[in-house]
Amino acid sequence: MKKTILMLAISAAFYACGGGAGTNVEPTTGAASTEPTTTASGNPSYDPNRGEGKFTKVDVPANLDKAMADKGEKTFQVKCASCHKTTDEKLVGPGWKGVTSRHSAEWIMNFITNTDAMLNKDPKAQAQLEICLVRMPNQNLADDDARSLYEYMRENDGVK
Amino acid sequence: MRNQLSFLIAGICITGLSFQGCKPKNSASAVNSDAASKVYVAPGKYDEFYNFVSGGFSGQMSVYGLPSGRLLRVVPIFSVDPEKGWGYSEETKPMLNTSHGFVPWDDQHHLDLSQTNGEIDGRWIFANANNTPRVARVDLTTFRTSEIIELPNSAGNHSSPFITENTEYVVAGTRFSVPPDDANGDVPINTYRKNFKGYISFISVGKEDGNMEIAFQLKCPGVNFDLSHAGKGKSHGWFFFTCYNSEQANTLLEVNASQRDKDFIMAVNWKKAEEYLKAGKGRKQSVRYAHNKYDEKTHTATSEIRTEVTVLDVAELKDIVYFMPCPKSPHGCDVDPTGEYIVGSGKLAALVPVFSFTKMLKAIEDKSYAGDYEGIPVLKYESVLHGEVKKPGLGPLHTEFDGRGNAYTTFFVSSEVVKWRISDLQILDRVPTYYSVGHLCIPGGDSRKPNGKYLIAYNKITKDRYLPTGPELAQSAQLYDISGDKMQLILDFPTIGEPHYAQAVEASKIRDKSVKFFKIEENMNKYVTKGEAESKVVRTGNRVDVYMTCIRSHFAPDNIEGVFAGDEVYFHVTNLEQDWDVPHGFAIKGADNGELLIMPGETQTLKWIAEKPGMFPFYCTDFCSALHQEMQGYIRISPAGSKVPLLFSTGKNMPAADTSAPVARK
Repeated sequence: MKKTILMLAISAAFYACGGGAGTNVEPTTGAASTEPTTTASGNPSYDPNRGEGKFTKVDVPANLDKAMADKGEKTFQVKCASCHKTTDEKLVGPGWKGVTSRHSAEWIMNFITNTDAMLNKDPKAQAQLEICLVRMPNQNLADDDARSLYEYMRENDGVK
Repeated sequence: MRNQLSFLIAGICITGLSFQGCKPKNSASAVNSDAASKVYVAPGKYDEFYNFVSGGFSGQMSVYGLPSGRLLRVVPIFSVDPEKGWGYSEETKPMLNTSHGFVPWDDQHHLDLSQTNGEIDGRWIFANANNTPRVARVDLTTFRTSEIIELPNSAGNHSSPFITENTEYVVAGTRFSVPPDDANGDVPINTYRKNFKGYISFISVGKEDGNMEIAFQLKCPGVNFDLSHAGKGKSHGWFFFTCYNSEQANTLLEVNASQRDKDFIMAVNWKKAEEYLKAGKGRKQSVRYAHNKYDEKTHTATSEIRTEVTVLDVAELKDIVYFMPCPKSPHGCDVDPTGEYIVGSGKLAALVPVFSFTKMLKAIEDKSYAGDYEGIPVLKYESVLHGEVKKPGLGPLHTEFDGRGNAYTTFFVSSEVVKWRISDLQILDRVPTYYSVGHLCIPGGDSRKPNGKYLIAYNKITKDRYLPTGPELAQSAQLYDISGDKMQLILDFPTIGEPHYAQAVEASKIRDKSVKFFKIEENMNKYVTKGEAESKVVRTGNRVDVYMTCIRSHFAPDNIEGVFAGDEVYFHVTNLEQDWDVPHGFAIKGADNGELLIMPGETQTLKWIAEKPGMFPFYCTDFCSALHQEMQGYIRISPAGSKVPLLFSTGKNMPAADTSAPVARK
């Protein structure tokens, strides 16, 4: 086993033999898990309207939950307002005006909680990254934070 | 020191020890061809062990991965570190406070990982400071120093910070005996025998929070205490300290402390000491020492000066302390995994004595005394001895264990590690080190459960091992595979400072507990700014507090005006990021201290004196995004007494004084 690796290492000097030689090498233990980066085209089952993440179906009532929206605004001030305005003006990231009509609730909540995976995969997120050039930070939002932020976005978009 | 290489070679030649040849082997003959594959850790793969290595005169602790020998991190403990803001930010300055005031440096020799039931539990690692005696606790979820406690009545805290098998106590023994802190120290030096005492500190460690308190000190005869290790298993409840200079010399110790044939290993029955303490036999002594703690919720350290310690006098209170004679200035004091055998290593001895705990108990019971030393019973050497390792090498220093009944002892003068069997004291193998090995480390090698896969030798002399870098060379560490019968050298790697003792542990015991960021909601720093809407600048007299946020990739505020020459400006910078590995840095032109490195969710403060009128830029020093080079700002300093109003903003050109847009020129 160890001799094999040495052989592989030697042969690597003669052939550019890809990344295969490094796999299964002793004596390492667990490795940094790296998400496979598949594009939307490479993964036909991907639903671009929902995005990728834990939210599959978000129940959105017709009327605004004001208390929830207020809670969302507090989170917005701490974790989002550095980069997003509530108008349609771009700051670091896009302005929030109209965001709830551009994306589904599921897409938004998945994007804000599973940011890196979505930036690596989702066509709409990638298009936005090309404009802003700053990868949106994962702000480690709890599920209910994500939901109340969404409610605040709805309020910002005129839902009463 | 480094000239001793020639002395070493000469020493080997003259004594004609049992290994082959007279010149040190070179790496070609010492390294087998499969060594590379044994230490190769592929890119993106993790090492199997963490190796925590003391930094010696750097004052810090370095963390390596094994078997690769890759440096993962340097954790600042006792020395300031401008790179990380340690000792420069307002929040961390109190960590380096002592009864002597702010002390920016120390000499860090030994480390011990916390244990539960004699096994490494991966919670904390303890570190000693030699020069200004202190003990630190580093939290292994953050790899940051959480607590530092100073030791009164001490000087040269060397036999420290060794722990008991459930981390009940971490100990500290003074190298220099000195007059006690409440006595007049202004006495002639040659009154050593009369006025100088040796104090051993037992620091209790909180079971849940790790909080350290000096539970009691033992007032012992004036000698030099050197190293120590706790009993374990059957000998739990006892602690063993080597001591030299039983001659009580106060000058030219090199000669005068090497007169007697035997010095001592001091056996301390700390359970007995606890009983005396409970019975109120301790004396309250007036002292001054600092106790510093770093709070991960406020992200702020506090320093408190304590004024009292409880002292137990071991000459008055019988049954706490016994001396076991140990040849020739013993250094290492190592207890095997069963707790039965105590190995003493006399620096000048031609043998390694191994003491038996069972025999020691019997000798105490039988009062098998050879006499007394300053009122402390000295047990008879023969009645406590398990046996001697004969002709082991020259200059024995330290011993670790593999859990398979074998011990590994380093030999400084003959530059080698010798493997021997504890039961019959037979030498099994020896390998050269390059050169003059001091400490050694086996993962868990001083616990009840060693992992006898690797051994690391920490060498004092490097000479020709690496490309020359002028007169000073990085000290070398050497990794040996000890899983087979024969030890095999498989890697050299350089270290920081001068490594002394080290610890290693399976990565799985620490890896998954690592903190990735601090929750901004839980940030209780007095000067936290939770969101840009709260960012502000507040003037109080000539003090200006800037409540600043940062996130990829801008500061808020990033334009500040209305600050005057002579003002004391405090930049309280909160990192609003909530993701792993996104610290931001903060540096401002002319700052006479360091930078800040602010972890996600954390607040750190840099004090900056507005020296003179002008424009002073500040920027982020830790590359954070594609637009990191845009992460910057200005503070305008006006003459003292001028009328410029206090203004602060981000993203607004206020006041809009300059309305002409830039034009491209031909």
